[in-house]
Amino acid sequence: MKKQKQNNPFNLVAEEIIFIILDLLNRNSLAIKSFSLVCKSFYAVESKHRCSLKPLRQDRLPALLSRYPNITHLDLTLCSRVSDASLSLVSHSCASSLRSIDFSRTPLFSTYGLLGLALNCKNIVEIDLSNATELKDSALAAVAEAKNLEKLSLARCKSITDMGVGCVAVGCRKLRFICLKWCFGVGDLGIGLLAVKCKHLCFLDLSYLPITNKCLSSISKLQHLEELVLEGCFGIEDDSLAVLKHGCNSLKSLDVSTCQNISHNGLPSLINGALGLRQLTLAHGSPVTSSLADCLRKHSMLQSVKLDGCFVTDDGLKTIGNWCASLRELSLSKCSGVTDEGLSSIVTKHGDLRKLDITCCRKITDASIASITNSCKSLTSLRVESCTLVTREAFVLIGQRCHLLEELDLTDNEVDDKGLKYISRCSELSSLKLGICLNITDEGLIHIGKGCSKLVELDLYRSEEITDSAILAIAQGCPGLEMINIAYCKYITDCSLLSLSKCPQLKTLESRGCSLITSLGLKAVAVGCKELTKLDIKKCHNIDDAGMLPLARFSQNLRQINLSHSSVTDIGLLSLASISCLQNMTILHLKGLTPAGLAAVLLACGGLKKVKLQATFRWLLPLRLVQYLESRGCMFQWKDKVLQEKLDPKCWKLKLEDLMP
Amino acid sequence: MDHKDRFANFSAQNPQKWEDPSVLDYSSRIEPPLQGNPGAQIKFPDPLNELLQASKLQDWDPAAMLNNLSFLEQKIHHLRGLVHSIVGRRDRVSGQAQPYGLVAQQQQLVTADLTSIIVQLISTAGGLLPYVKHTPSTQSATSPSLGQFQPQNGGGGSGGSGVSELQNSVDVSTNEEHESKDEEDGEELGENLFPGTYEILQLEKEEILAPHTHFCTICGKGFKRDANLRMHMRGHGDEYKTPAALAKPNKESSSEPALIKRYSCPFTGCKRNKDHKKFQPLKTILCVKNHYKRTHCDKRYTCSRCNTKKFSVIADLKTHEKHCGKDKWLCSCGTTFSRKDKLFGHIALFQGHTPAIPLDDTKGSTGICDPGDSSEAVNKVGNMDMFNFSSSVDVKGSIDDPAGCFSPLNFETCNFGGFHEIPRQPFDDSESSLAFLLSGSCSYTDKSGED
Repeated sequence: MKKQKQNNPFNLVAEEIIFIILDLLNRNSLAIKSFSLVCKSFYAVESKHRCSLKPLRQDRLPALLSRYPNITHLDLTLCSRVSDASLSLVSHSCASSLRSIDFSRTPLFSTYGLLGLALNCKNIVEIDLSNATELKDSALAAVAEAKNLEKLSLARCKSITDMGVGCVAVGCRKLRFICLKWCFGVGDLGIGLLAVKCKHLCFLDLSYLPITNKCLSSISKLQHLEELVLEGCFGIEDDSLAVLKHGCNSLKSLDVSTCQNISHNGLPSLINGALGLRQLTLAHGSPVTSSLADCLRKHSMLQSVKLDGCFVTDDGLKTIGNWCASLRELSLSKCSGVTDEGLSSIVTKHGDLRKLDITCCRKITDASIASITNSCKSLTSLRVESCTLVTREAFVLIGQRCHLLEELDLTDNEVDDKGLKYISRCSELSSLKLGICLNITDEGLIHIGKGCSKLVELDLYRSEEITDSAILAIAQGCPGLEMINIAYCKYITDCSLLSLSKCPQLKTLESRGCSLITSLGLKAVAVGCKELTKLDIKKCHNIDDAGMLPLARFSQNLRQINLSHSSVTDIGLLSLASISCLQNMTILHLKGLTPAGLAAVLLACGGLKKVKLQATFRWLLPLRLVQYLESRGCMFQWKDKVLQEKLDPKCWKLKLEDLMP
Repeated sequence: MDHKDRFANFSAQNPQKWEDPSVLDYSSRIEPPLQGNPGAQIKFPDPLNELLQASKLQDWDPAAMLNNLSFLEQKIHHLRGLVHSIVGRRDRVSGQAQPYGLVAQQQQLVTADLTSIIVQLISTAGGLLPYVKHTPSTQSATSPSLGQFQPQNGGGGSGGSGVSELQNSVDVSTNEEHESKDEEDGEELGENLFPGTYEILQLEKEEILAPHTHFCTICGKGFKRDANLRMHMRGHGDEYKTPAALAKPNKESSSEPALIKRYSCPFTGCKRNKDHKKFQPLKTILCVKNHYKRTHCDKRYTCSRCNTKKFSVIADLKTHEKHCGKDKWLCSCGTTFSRKDKLFGHIALFQGHTPAIPLDDTKGSTGICDPGDSSEAVNKVGNMDMFNFSSSVDVKGSIDDPAGCFSPLNFETCNFGGFHEIPRQPFDDSESSLAFLLSGSCSYTDKSGED
């Protein structure tokens, strides 16, 4: 044995160097896994090196925690449940090392578990308790024992009140980041106390809280506050915002979207002191007029402005064009009132724009696209979804002038093969959305496949003319493809899936309504795409149990599957139980599914978190079984939607246009 | 025993005096001087009069006054909570001798804070002095309570000596806080009666405590009210049914100018006793009864809701019961508040105080635990040595710490770090589960060992 050790050349390499190698490998979980399986010493080195853990089930925790002693970040979001016993185990095994723990979406732990964690893990700085809707104030009192806590997320903890937040405010004096979004029970008093006690706060998310101006004065005294989110705070009004004239110098990002009671009268007092403001979100708020835009004239640091869903006037847009700041990011998504004139006056002044979102600006025409492409040559992201007046010629300009584009959304547009040919010049393109583009064919996509080798995400939803040759070109040209949507592309056959099986990184495949594909094609994908995590084969009538078996065998990373309207039966479903990751299953309208088979499937898939089932099964399954599964952390959604008639995509598109003003 | 004497003992730090029930009462009665404090009474003598004064005096700022008063209120409220906690602790460790130094330290700090409150009070009231001076004629008529800090023989004192007189009266109110309750009843004293201008009556102890004061001369039945006796007498014969017999006896004698009657407390040494050199007479028999019961009798009536508050006058109990349990906003220091914003104001003001979550709230978990699992969890809780309850056995346990500088108005150095309310719950059910806790790391036991 000693001899063996001497023979191992890696014994001569310092552990630190191996750690550096492992750091580089870290992105690829399979590579790390292979590394640890090489030999005992590699296994030991890998165990020492790993510092973050995302276990699938809590019953594996004891083994995992004893294998990895140096865990600093523990993500329990994938566990369908976490019991107090598991938490006490965590708090004992990682007493000193643990710095961050994530419980979001994980039910079933109690105050005592949290208390043990807070008292034992002295170095814990980050706790995420989002979505714990049943969490009570007493649990927050337990959290308050974590004296070194810096980051706390409590989004959607609907049962907590000012009292709990008060405990946290007093206990966790080092708090820098707190998210209280949707904590409807928390009001002025709790937030006021938080601002008084936690002087180091730099991020504060108070979205949808019933707070009023009262707590704003104490918030404005926070010296380090950089990011303030006040989305949907209806209680905040113009009238008394004047108190804040000099507050919040440190503020860098402000979100007052959906605050209907803040207008151009109150906004200046909120932002005048904050000359360092970089990011401002005014989405779904009061109309963007020149007087509103005028308050921001002098903010030279401003980089990103989001006005989604606001009514904007030409004057307002022109005033934005005269700001002394040079914007990097502008979002006008779903803004009514955006015209060619207004948009052109903005983009000609802000030539440095990197990201532009003009989704559903239905009044703009080719003229806007021409001025955008003319002045903003360095755009990396452009979203032009549903700009219906823009003609096919305009998309040529995008390809000709904006070569740095990484993200392009052309959903529901007139773009054609010629446009795609020019767009294929954008060699940096990683995300391309061509959903409901009825003018594009294989020819255009073959250009894309040849030109855009860095493509990661491709959306071809209902782009009906697409056939197998387009997918072949994409699969060959874009080896890094991770997500593809070919839903309702009715000419797609197994050949496409065979080509896609050559994309080893593929994680998401949506082929809903592709009635020509069969189990054979699915088998090829299962064998070829080991990383597959999300699969949607709804309405693929030709897929049956034969397709499930290879899936069960090879797709060990599969987490989410939609099998509605396919020909899969009990046997196929039961075989899926061998996929330990499987958490989310939608099985509506399966003809071959029996109550007994379903019961067996549900029992066998131990990690299930969410199952969508037809409502009829609710009464066919034993109540005790459902209760047991729910206690195991599985959530049921009972659907009783009647099968809808098949829509012709063209007529469906026309219907949409009818709805438009 | 004389109040002064008791207070002297109090400051002489005689540890045994702590067990005196009337000293326990001290803590619960610290609040009344607030209501009876001269500042508050000056502030609301009479709305009309106040208006008049306000027009005369531009520099009197009611808002600032209100500010001062609410600050004082908070301070006193806090101090009260603190003394309350000391008393609570006394109860717990009764029978054991207290370390002399600790008592002295606490004593000093309480006195220091009282002094600071008094100084604040004087400076608040001092601001009003010009206002007082402007109204020498109206003052005794409109606000009899003002007399409390006027010398007995003088109308409007001069501005210069006003402060010292004020000081004097404030001292009175802190030493003799029992009296303020009587004043609250509406029978304030301090009319400028010169000794000898009124008749002093002194009832005997038995008379005061007798349930009935009016007895039927024929059958001996007792009544609380004379009117009831007269009604009763009708049954004994027709001669008692005449209008003259049924009329109020006082009506007849009202024609002759009777000397004003005032009452003395039979308790020797009491300030309300006529032999006391600063004798302050009581106005009515009801005052005598309430005063005697409150000051010199046991508190026989216990609140059935909280089982802690005790009263000697049943009306006081009823008043308390109306509000008992409504102070649901609780701070870790033991102070309760009837309003949430008051609690949060308190917490924002003091370091180390934290909202206390009611016990029944702790049972909530984030979901339904399956039975096996939850019991396992509870066992774990029981076995985990991580639960170092050093400071969590009782909040007051940490106050015991003699090393910590103990100032009631500044809790910065006091360690309230422990987990205050929640952990008690799992151990409530059995004594045995507490046993292991008390063995080692628990500082509470260490401390009591030292005691």
